[in-house]
Amino acid sequence: MSFRKSDNASAWSMLAPAFLLIGLFIVVPFALSVIFAFTDQRLVPNPNITTKFVGVRNFERLFDGDTFSNAFLRTATFVILVVPLQCAMGLGAAMLINTTLPVRNVFRGIYFLPTVISMVVVSVVWASLFQMEGFFNAALRAASFGLLEPVDWLANPWTAMPSLVLMSAWQGFPFQMVVYLAGLQGISKDLYEAARIDGATRWQEFRHITIPALRNTHILVVMTTTILAFKLFTQVQLLTQGGPRGVTDTLVRYIYMTGFREGKVGLAAAAAVLFFLLVFAISLVQRRLLKEERAIQ
Amino acid sequence: MAGLALKDVRKQYGKVEVIKGIDLDVADGEFVVFVGPSGCGKSTLLRMIAGLEEISSGTLSIGGRVVNDLSPKERGIAMVFQSYALYPHKTVYDNMAFGLQLAKAPTSEIDAKVKRAAGILHMEHLLDRKPSQLSGGQRQRVAIGRAIVRNPEVFLFDEPLSNLDAALRVTMRAELSKLHRDLGATMIYVTHDQVEAMTLADKIVVLEAGVVQQAGTPLQLYHNPQNRFVAGFIGSPKMNFIPVEIAEAGSGGVTVASADLARTLIPVAPDAAVAGAKAVLGIRPEHVTGGDRPVTFKGRVELVERLGHQTVVEVATAGGATVTALLDGTTLVRPGETLTLGFDPADAHLFGESGRAMERFHLPEIARMTRRTAA
Repeated sequence: MSFRKSDNASAWSMLAPAFLLIGLFIVVPFALSVIFAFTDQRLVPNPNITTKFVGVRNFERLFDGDTFSNAFLRTATFVILVVPLQCAMGLGAAMLINTTLPVRNVFRGIYFLPTVISMVVVSVVWASLFQMEGFFNAALRAASFGLLEPVDWLANPWTAMPSLVLMSAWQGFPFQMVVYLAGLQGISKDLYEAARIDGATRWQEFRHITIPALRNTHILVVMTTTILAFKLFTQVQLLTQGGPRGVTDTLVRYIYMTGFREGKVGLAAAAAVLFFLLVFAISLVQRRLLKEERAIQ
Repeated sequence: MAGLALKDVRKQYGKVEVIKGIDLDVADGEFVVFVGPSGCGKSTLLRMIAGLEEISSGTLSIGGRVVNDLSPKERGIAMVFQSYALYPHKTVYDNMAFGLQLAKAPTSEIDAKVKRAAGILHMEHLLDRKPSQLSGGQRQRVAIGRAIVRNPEVFLFDEPLSNLDAALRVTMRAELSKLHRDLGATMIYVTHDQVEAMTLADKIVVLEAGVVQQAGTPLQLYHNPQNRFVAGFIGSPKMNFIPVEIAEAGSGGVTVASADLARTLIPVAPDAAVAGAKAVLGIRPEHVTGGDRPVTFKGRVELVERLGHQTVVEVATAGGATVTALLDGTTLVRPGETLTLGFDPADAHLFGESGRAMERFHLPEIARMTRRTAA
């Protein structure tokens, strides 16, 4: 196909705004952070000391101290806890609303609400649920007939992370639900009927038809959820500020604190580059898995 | 193996009744085909027999045992779906073995049954493949193989050939027929394709709007349809219907006349026919031939379709009727010409105002036989 010159010009003029915005806000900052990662750039430059190239010193410093590795381990813990929970909630909810009941759209709307609400609002609401006199302690008291002491959920090193996990899963699961719902609707009803004739129980139908048929959906959902979970920041910053005793510190919070509070932009950029490589690696794994599936098909 | 009996079987969705009281007996080893237009309830009825749809009222028994409340698995049936419904992530072997694996049958038994079914269908070489690696015909075979492995008392087929191309359909039709002979199993088959119905069935059940219009051997339905619906549904091209008036009704037959036909004696039992009543004369296109027949009429040729061995000609008569004739393939005829056509009254059918057929005096011997005696 060939384009006339005027077509070309108008195509470029239509693409220009998008190119400009992506370049300005994504490509340039990304390139800058890669450059900064190898310098001792500070947030507020000292006019007397010029910024200079420092090689891989920033990276060495990341691994020397234990703040970065702590943040990495805590984030990984969060990911390991939240991904299975959130995906299971998404799949469960998707199966519940994947019906032909006339009220299904109402339920779809209700289940989708948490994701529409901003994480900031969710954090504020859940902060009150987690209070000493909040919902969770009331529920605990009622369930144990007053035997169990109330827990300071967000201040206790043992419960702070699980509390964040629960809240994050609740806020995020509708996204997984929608993707799973699309996957479920792609499964032919005939398969379930064939399985019923073969004598499968509901559990066996789930195990032998639903789960394998959702293979690609699982890969997509698990990978995207993992990447999203690694970006954990808002709820931590609002509810625990990384505490108690650093158990809820995260990679993004480390980058934020290092760069914008301590002003060590070079060091923060190095952490950001490592973070990028991590997410990039996960994406590669996902691509690889999906590709293999296509080869079989 | 077992027969099947339906007694006043009904199905309602809310207030809408879609199956309106079906009584039907299927003998052990019989091949029964449900035919009818879209939405007539044939697939619903099959699914009710399978246990995939609940039976609202009436009883269904398989092999003398009432199975209304049994699960599909417990009914001793196997079903082949129009979409084949093969488990996409399982190999052909596992697709066929799945039911037995769920029932925790010994591995050696599963292996023997799957191999036997694969042998019957000549697909031993496909056992390790996934359904996505198979052609349409091969998938069809796997679906049938899965049914055979279940060793059911009754095989149920829901339009199994409709996703295949024309040539493969003919091959698979012949194979199904052979399979029925070899297994001697009771089979119930749903289709809208009357060629499949005519060639496969021991008994055809014509359904319309949830009611059995007629059940009988293919040739009974062809030669002796009990009403206008069955007459129009069985046979291709469709039977011609010419509105007539009854001039005289006697024990020798019914004399009719119309704008296009002179008074003609149709050899049918007059039932309650009275002179002056309206009726409909039915004559199949293959029985309408040139002007040398006892009854003739003229018409203007509207359409000519040449099939090679035959020519389909549609003519409009002066009286406003449209008549299709199946003429010899070498007939010289062009649209716009006037053509004289004719038929033998012995081949004609006569339907009263209610659409019920009057009984024909002259039926070919073959229309009185069951399928097996005819073969």
